[in-house]
Amino acid sequence: MKTTSQLDQILATLEQAVALEGLQTATIALRDHFGIDHIVYHWVDSAGDQYGCGTYDPAWAQRYIEQNYLRVDPVVAGCYQRFHPVDWKRLDWSSKAARAFRADAIEYGVGDQGFSVPIRGPNGQFALFTASHSCDDAEWDVFTETHRRDLILIAHYFNQKALEFEPGRTPEQSQALSPREVDAMTLLAIGYSRAQVAETLSISEHTLRVYIESARFKLGAMNTTHAVARALSRGLIVV
Amino acid sequence: MLRYVYGDELKNYPKLGQSMFQDRADQFKIRLGWDVCVNEQGHERDQYDDLNPLYVIWEEPDGRHGGSMRFLPTTGPAMVNEHFSHLLGGGTISSPLIWECTRFCLSRGAQPTVAAALMLAGGEVMTGFGIRHFVGVFDARMVRIYRMIGSSPDIVGAEGAGRDKISVGLWEFTREAKTKIAARAGLSEDISRLWFDRAFGPSGPHPMALSA
Repeated sequence: MKTTSQLDQILATLEQAVALEGLQTATIALRDHFGIDHIVYHWVDSAGDQYGCGTYDPAWAQRYIEQNYLRVDPVVAGCYQRFHPVDWKRLDWSSKAARAFRADAIEYGVGDQGFSVPIRGPNGQFALFTASHSCDDAEWDVFTETHRRDLILIAHYFNQKALEFEPGRTPEQSQALSPREVDAMTLLAIGYSRAQVAETLSISEHTLRVYIESARFKLGAMNTTHAVARALSRGLIVV
Repeated sequence: MLRYVYGDELKNYPKLGQSMFQDRADQFKIRLGWDVCVNEQGHERDQYDDLNPLYVIWEEPDGRHGGSMRFLPTTGPAMVNEHFSHLLGGGTISSPLIWECTRFCLSRGAQPTVAAALMLAGGEVMTGFGIRHFVGVFDARMVRIYRMIGSSPDIVGAEGAGRDKISVGLWEFTREAKTKIAARAGLSEDISRLWFDRAFGPSGPHPMALSA
């Protein structure tokens, strides 16, 4: 599929990134890929320090900091300490401060729709990955329904990359493939169908789907084909 | 009714929260004899309760706990990976699209429909948040209950025997399964959806549409 391979390419480039500019480049590529107004990654740590990258107007980022909007932003309030993705419509925008914030955000071109994925990192690190756009509710619902799982995965891949750039960070627990994930990926790489893999490993296709899902995430991939290719290129499986 | 409550929100429902931890002590320590910690308040709590998990709780009309389960994403510290890796064939399961479901608990007096209501809530969580699978840790008795509800997990591993038996299983939900489970719970899918929306905000038109 053309669109998927394009995403794979964006993520492969992201994975090669050695500095924050790489994250910035990826947000632009993702925005264009999805055909929406903005993609933004926003990091907040336990000390309250924040940084971000993304396609918002730099004037908005500047204004956000100047106005100390971190304390008002319902997206941050609704996602902090949480781990479920949030459509902005579901957040509480009822306070006067939140309404003023939103009017200001729209003024700066943020968009009137948004979907944010909270990410819990190690040691109180917290990040948000957001897709935003200007459109009606029906159009946005179709967009999020179609792309939310991709956005959730991409959100985590962004955060893993951002964590790599932290000075003095202790290496994360390695996301090694489990023995059963290695088996599953190996058989898929040989060309077995899912049914054949499940039968060979004496597991149900449902259980196999879980192993593939987990392997896909550990490999930073968007789909099974991409995951198998990465496992092969990294020498994690041998066929 | 079904409540979806993060750990830091339990303080808003003191009776519900306290009776949940008491019922967990009753189920896991007294009835199952598991090696779990019960504090001086009679609450069964472990280190995963400190990670601000999402609890799904059946609240009885008197405000007490009738049944519950606890969710955490498998991308962070998770019981399945830290304690039951050997039942998964070694290694970990990790994905933001796979959450773990642990401490599935039913109070002593819970109606048979409560377990089904909780499973229905699991379906809401999956469809609401784009989650593909749950990986759960549960006791032997639950295997029969899950089968009765019509929501049997794929059991990937188990250890122990009798009431000590602990299993790790996997769930996914199809739309048809959800309808069937709703019937078992004696709940309409609309009511279930309403409870979910009450916890996580309505999905209706944006309130700002009027003023923007």
